[in-house]
Amino acid sequence: MTFLTRRYSFSASHRLHSAELSGEENARIFGKCNNPFGHGHNYSLEVTVGGEIDPRTGLVAPPAALDASVQGAVLSRVDHRDLNADVPEFASLVPTTENLAIQISRWLRDEWMRRAAANGASQALAAARLVRIRLEETGSNSVEMQFHELQNKD
Amino acid sequence: MISITRKAEFSASHFCSSPFLTEEQNRAVYGKAANPNGHGHNYVVEVTVEGEVDPVTGMVMDLKELKGVLERLVVEPFDHRFLNREVPPFDRITPTPENIAREIWRRLAPELNQGRHRLARVRLYETPELYVDHSERGPVE
Repeated sequence: MTFLTRRYSFSASHRLHSAELSGEENARIFGKCNNPFGHGHNYSLEVTVGGEIDPRTGLVAPPAALDASVQGAVLSRVDHRDLNADVPEFASLVPTTENLAIQISRWLRDEWMRRAAANGASQALAAARLVRIRLEETGSNSVEMQFHELQNKD
Repeated sequence: MISITRKAEFSASHFCSSPFLTEEQNRAVYGKAANPNGHGHNYVVEVTVEGEVDPVTGMVMDLKELKGVLERLVVEPFDHRFLNREVPPFDRITPTPENIAREIWRRLAPELNQGRHRLARVRLYETPELYVDHSERGPVE
């Protein structure tokens, strides 16, 4: 089995605040991230796909098709956006790194299902299995999400 | 079971083109990497060996020995070479990062699957933004 990992980056702002917690609890749990005006990060996203090496191309997945998928399914939704205000999924869900990783996994899974139903290069990419994403909020803070775990809870 | 990982680097040129595809298809699949004059990368390879710690030496494997194996079987034949022209089997097999990782596995496995340790994983970075993990590990005895 061979795994291909590609790294992407995007910049976004957010505010961590839960409507189910009091103002004091929000301040205590989220600390500086609860600042009402929000703040931003340069996120780094690693996407890992796995499969057998195609004997004709030598590839597990065509990098250009992978890039186009991640661009369409993820980066176009979050890059240079405010997660709370611009991304409908976070209108009432706290955009922690954990929740953002789960949401990115869902977007990618849906993109893969679309590609499996399509033809040509789209289908070739979908032949590679989505394995894992790793989302870094800062250089010292990251979350990992396995796609087989997503299926259990969704 | 403990695993140890050693890193080595080599710089090489390559291009990606499959004899099974037309020129147009090669351009579509590999993009700029299909330029037949080639281009280069600073490759980084991380080799992971796993096994039980030797009770006498406290080692899974002598790191100097692992360094020597990487130097002899990977760095020496690959460094400052044009992979497609100078390093078989890439005269016949497209030197994608997937195929390079698999070739490194095949070169290393016979030497590293000895005694108490075995090759667990080959990770090959083509750029800091792209890496491949390859493993053909069979069942542990």
